[in-house]
Amino acid sequence: MRQFEPLTRKDHAPVRYLIVDDSVFARKSLAKMIESFGGQLAGEAGDGCTAITEYARTKPDIVLMDITMPQMEGIEAVERIVQEHPEARVVMVSSVGYQDNILAALQKGARHFVQKPVKPDALYEIIRYVLSDDGVTAPVAAQGESSR
Amino acid sequence: MKMDLIQPFIGSLDAVLSDMMQAPATIVDLSMEEEGYRRKGLAAEVIFKGQIEGWIVLDMEPRAAAKVAGCLMGTEVDPAEPIVPETVCELANMVIGNAVTQLNDRGFQFKVMPPSVVSAEQCARPGHDSEATILCFETAHGNVYLNIAMRYHARRARERAPIPVG
Repeated sequence: MRQFEPLTRKDHAPVRYLIVDDSVFARKSLAKMIESFGGQLAGEAGDGCTAITEYARTKPDIVLMDITMPQMEGIEAVERIVQEHPEARVVMVSSVGYQDNILAALQKGARHFVQKPVKPDALYEIIRYVLSDDGVTAPVAAQGESSR
Repeated sequence: MKMDLIQPFIGSLDAVLSDMMQAPATIVDLSMEEEGYRRKGLAAEVIFKGQIEGWIVLDMEPRAAAKVAGCLMGTEVDPAEPIVPETVCELANMVIGNAVTQLNDRGFQFKVMPPSVVSAEQCARPGHDSEATILCFETAHGNVYLNIAMRYHARRARERAPIPVG
């Protein structure tokens, strides 16, 4: 897999991710991608309920959240995480990408949406945008400049 | 079954296979299912509900599924490894998700259930009045079968409605 310019936090620590998906395959696939972005896996969850407790436990910089999951779906989990932690940054990652679903997720507090199969380049750009928008990371070009 | 309802599933499977296997897939056979579907390899089903109800069963020859898992892991994967059936489930999820997205854009409303592994040799049909089609895709790494069974509620309701007399 292609290696990307590492996305790091302002304190130069790796960005920490929580991956939420009921599919082991999808979790492994996303974990490989975030590794190629220079990120660190803070935790994993296979359903919305576990995602809520894992978020509180790990306090990740960003959450990658599936929508269709058993027990509690992703959209409800986003709503509950954002209610408890308004600073939470959640990017929805789902194969079901129709407008109603995207709008519902955004209304509940998700920051962005990526459709499966996930293209690493697209996910990288979205994560970079969401994190830099919040001032968590400096833009990649600026990171490079600061290290000179 | 209306081809315009099947077409999004065909396009979606073609795109997902090409992307995940990094190789093209070609349709080599299309048949209508008369009885319950007999599994040929590693299979996963996804049920969908709404204006159109039914399921898809994605059935992959084990070496084809192992190839996809291997592309992800960056190494050769044995078809017996537990990640391989998981891979089939996720591919089924992607296929139906992308197809349903296209159908939703045309005005159909759906609810998609999480995928599950099919362990039975023979799959029961989701309903007597559903129509099922089996598509066989050939890839460089083995065949992939897509069984689509669905019933179109709005049309069925019209068919069952009493015919006005006089």
